Amino acid sequence: MDYFLTEEQQMIVDIARQITDEKIIPQRAELDEKEEFATEILNDIAQADLFGLYIPEEYGGFGGSCFEIVLALEQFGRGCVAIATSFAASALGAYPILLSGSAEMKQKYMPDVATGKKKAAFALTEANAGSDASGIQTTAVLDGEEWVLNGTKQWITNAGEAQIYSVVAITDKSKGARGASMFIVEDTDPGFSYGPKEKKLGIRASATRELIFKDCRIPKDRLIGRQGLGFITVMKTLDLSRPGIAILGVGLGQAALDESVTYAKQRVQFGKPIISFQAIQHMLADMAIQVEASRALVYASAKHIAQHPKDMTKASSMCKVFATDMAMKVTTDAVQVLAGYGYMREYPVEKMMRDAKILQIYEGTNQIQRNVVGQELNKEYT
Amino acid sequence: MNIIVCIKQVPDAKDVRLDPKTNTMAREGVESIMNPFDRHAVEEAVRLTEQHGGTVTVLSMGPPQAEAVLREAVSCGADEAVLVSDRSFAGADTWATTYTLGKAIDKVGPFDLILCGKQAIDGDTAQVGPGLARRLNIPYVSYVRKITGFENGAIRLHRLMDDGYDEVEIPLPGLLTVVKEINVPRVPSLKGKMKAKSLSIRTLNAEDIEADAGSLGLPGSTTQVVKVFAPEFKGERAMLEGTVDEQVEQLINKLEPYL
Amino acid sequence: MLRIDIETCIGCGVCEEECTFAAIEVVDGVAVVNEKCTLCGSCVDSCEAGALSIEREEKAVQADLAKWSGIMIYAEFRHGIVVPVSFELLGIGRQLADQQKVPLSAVLLGSGLGNAARDLVSYGADIVYQVDDPALEYFTDEIYGNILEDVVLEQKPEVVLAGATAIGRSFIPLVATSLATGLTADCTQLAIRPEDGVLLQTRPAFGGNIMATIECPYTRPQMATVRPRVMKAAQEDQNRKGEIINYQPHPDRLQSRVKVLRNVLEEQDQINITEGDIIVAGGRGLENEKGFELIKQLADAVGGAVGASRAAVDSEWIAYPHQVGQTGKTVNPKLYIACGISGAIQHVVGMQSAEAIVAINRDSHAPIFDVATYGIVGNLFEVVPKLIEKIKERKG
Repeated sequence: MDYFLTEEQQMIVDIARQITDEKIIPQRAELDEKEEFATEILNDIAQADLFGLYIPEEYGGFGGSCFEIVLALEQFGRGCVAIATSFAASALGAYPILLSGSAEMKQKYMPDVATGKKKAAFALTEANAGSDASGIQTTAVLDGEEWVLNGTKQWITNAGEAQIYSVVAITDKSKGARGASMFIVEDTDPGFSYGPKEKKLGIRASATRELIFKDCRIPKDRLIGRQGLGFITVMKTLDLSRPGIAILGVGLGQAALDESVTYAKQRVQFGKPIISFQAIQHMLADMAIQVEASRALVYASAKHIAQHPKDMTKASSMCKVFATDMAMKVTTDAVQVLAGYGYMREYPVEKMMRDAKILQIYEGTNQIQRNVVGQELNKEYT
Repeated sequence: MNIIVCIKQVPDAKDVRLDPKTNTMAREGVESIMNPFDRHAVEEAVRLTEQHGGTVTVLSMGPPQAEAVLREAVSCGADEAVLVSDRSFAGADTWATTYTLGKAIDKVGPFDLILCGKQAIDGDTAQVGPGLARRLNIPYVSYVRKITGFENGAIRLHRLMDDGYDEVEIPLPGLLTVVKEINVPRVPSLKGKMKAKSLSIRTLNAEDIEADAGSLGLPGSTTQVVKVFAPEFKGERAMLEGTVDEQVEQLINKLEPYL
Repeated sequence: MLRIDIETCIGCGVCEEECTFAAIEVVDGVAVVNEKCTLCGSCVDSCEAGALSIEREEKAVQADLAKWSGIMIYAEFRHGIVVPVSFELLGIGRQLADQQKVPLSAVLLGSGLGNAARDLVSYGADIVYQVDDPALEYFTDEIYGNILEDVVLEQKPEVVLAGATAIGRSFIPLVATSLATGLTADCTQLAIRPEDGVLLQTRPAFGGNIMATIECPYTRPQMATVRPRVMKAAQEDQNRKGEIINYQPHPDRLQSRVKVLRNVLEEQDQINITEGDIIVAGGRGLENEKGFELIKQLADAVGGAVGASRAAVDSEWIAYPHQVGQTGKTVNPKLYIACGISGAIQHVVGMQSAEAIVAINRDSHAPIFDVATYGIVGNLFEVVPKLIEKIKERKG
């Protein structure tokens, strides 16, 4: 379907597609098998100027919006959700700085992120605080000219590979929801270390580790925005980043659909290609319908959010739920269409099914997303 | 180092099929691409200028749609682009092609180095590089696998041979043809694509390059195509049936004389 | 320009069927040509109404065309031996020379030639022009090109053939350009047209997906490089007599702007798969490096060399010197066993002249079966081990 992209948007799609076809797809199986971080491919993405898509021109970026990065992520998601996640997570780590940081802070950090020279990561989740983010226990205490951080963050994407970490910590427990602040922690800061790489069901080429802060001392100016703004920055960040996750579902669903149709045309049983059987046709049809519907919803949401309207949150959550639930269903169906072959690691669909699951979980579980949509509806209809 | 890279737009050869029944090349769904070897030549040129300074000019002899590969090269780092195009070039063999390219390069101006891909995947002759060097009276080396240095106006490199490689030195100005092993070409960058989109491509026709009409296209060619046909295969297709054991038994019996 | 006489054209569409490039089609009852036309002339030949013609200016043939006579081959000499393709050139050269009733000569360049010229005579050369000079120790395009050009201008052969080796494909275009004559690369068939003695040069194009026959009617010599391992090598006859001439090039012709500093043999490809009688080749169907081990085992069992499709080499299961196909080596063994190879044309062109071809593939529609002498549709991980087992049994 034609979504009437501008010439520049089409350029982004073409470059991302070329990288996906020439670099990501040939290497994805091996990187998944070895659980290896795709450093070289991320360098290729950087050289293609794509790390700076969402970063304003004054910091060396392209000055694009949420929609532009969604276009690139759709292609990368078609290739490998793990690699796409590594790329997207850097944006997630950079958004807090762009949204709430001072001009000096942005000038200091954004140019390197735009060129891909440095990668970022976003650190909120803890062992006791997942969906209930307010339960975080990492603290930041001002000691003279330095903040001292103590605590542990869990399951942080790009941990150990990134140089810039946007970390949420409690600065005033008594203030409840207004008691958290965000900080930039750099990989070279003292008292900052990583846990071992986590072993996961899927997105195995994405690096996931704990962040351990033990009297980690950082200069005062590392505070992003004002004290107490922490959770607000988090909410605004997630509003912007959810379409990015949603579009990974679309790319993934498309890839699964492509494999399924190709296979169904070639596989002959009972004297015919299995695509001639209604059972398979209906499955494929439903898959295609769901993928296209998700794409349309994510594109519309991303374009809406790109305008920074007051009501970003509902659109953002809606597209995340819809597209990621779709991806789980479509990839599972893809394995079913390929049947025995689909179950084998030799074929790419089992990895797609394994990778799909995380999309329903991270950046706010789909249950939380439904809460959010419900609450937004409640607010809307007065 | 001012470098001219000669590139060609070709059909994606692996997709080109000749239907033996209709004797027609199925062209639907066959994309036009930059000759794969030329991508490596463009990449090497960009790397050399990144190291030593200078400009990369890509040049292509082709129909108007060849502009697409010139812009593609610019999106991957080339600085200038020249399209050499004229109806009278049609039917040119490598002799007429090297004449035309030579005249065009005379117009484009002074250069230190010309890079070409080893061969075009439609013609597969590998003749244009050496022929062009001869027309321009400059030294050349074919099948360059690696450039190892540039000093005192000469390039040192490895030339691929059937049994290994030669370490070779060529004084500039000169011409090199490159093989795929020389580098991994970069993907276009967004800034590159934007530059490519707005770049004005210099177009030269037969008059602009002051070519002699009799030396162009089919009239200017020394060879011509007599006929085109599909390759023939002769396989007996004796399919061996049965269990794995039975199939292997049959096969070994048939292969007795060879073992 | 393709001329279409719209009065004469009956719109029958035979030209449209005949055209390989989809460059001509019938629109509103009359033939129309588009920019895809390569002026090959196939449609002109096929038009029964005589409505098509190619406007060629009456091209003058080279003034002294008739004076060019004889078949000359370039005999490549490297690392102390005459390279095998040279004997294949003598094979096809002899056929052409006999047909034209002219002598067959060879040009031999190098340093430390020893008895090589004598060998060329034994394999069919009537005359050998040899240059044995330290300046020729390393191959340089300019020096080799200069000497060959000079000998050709002196001797005026009607046909000059060379092997399409790295050396041949590098310097022969230089010679052709210097001689202002036509060159066809990588030929797989050569024949003389009886009507006018013109050499018909057939070669693959579009990566081997089509074959084209080319001629060089207006200039001499007619030059061609010939794909190694396709033509039949000449037979040796120690009693053959021939002339060996020590050609003296002018010192100016022994200069080269390009300098070769040294030659490095690549250790890993001491294996030359083109020499063997049996080749066992593996492709994508082997799945991984470990799977490829099976191919090596089978090759050992039958005493053959290991070959590979491009997919296997690109996946780095085996080194490039083992690659068979359009972008690898052409092989001509007595027996070629293809395991897990689909048989894409780019691979097939490299092995189709094998005497016997065995294909093992789980896909019954794999194109490899179209060229196979014997085929087994099955799981190669079952078939190949069984084959190895039985062969070992037989050998005792």
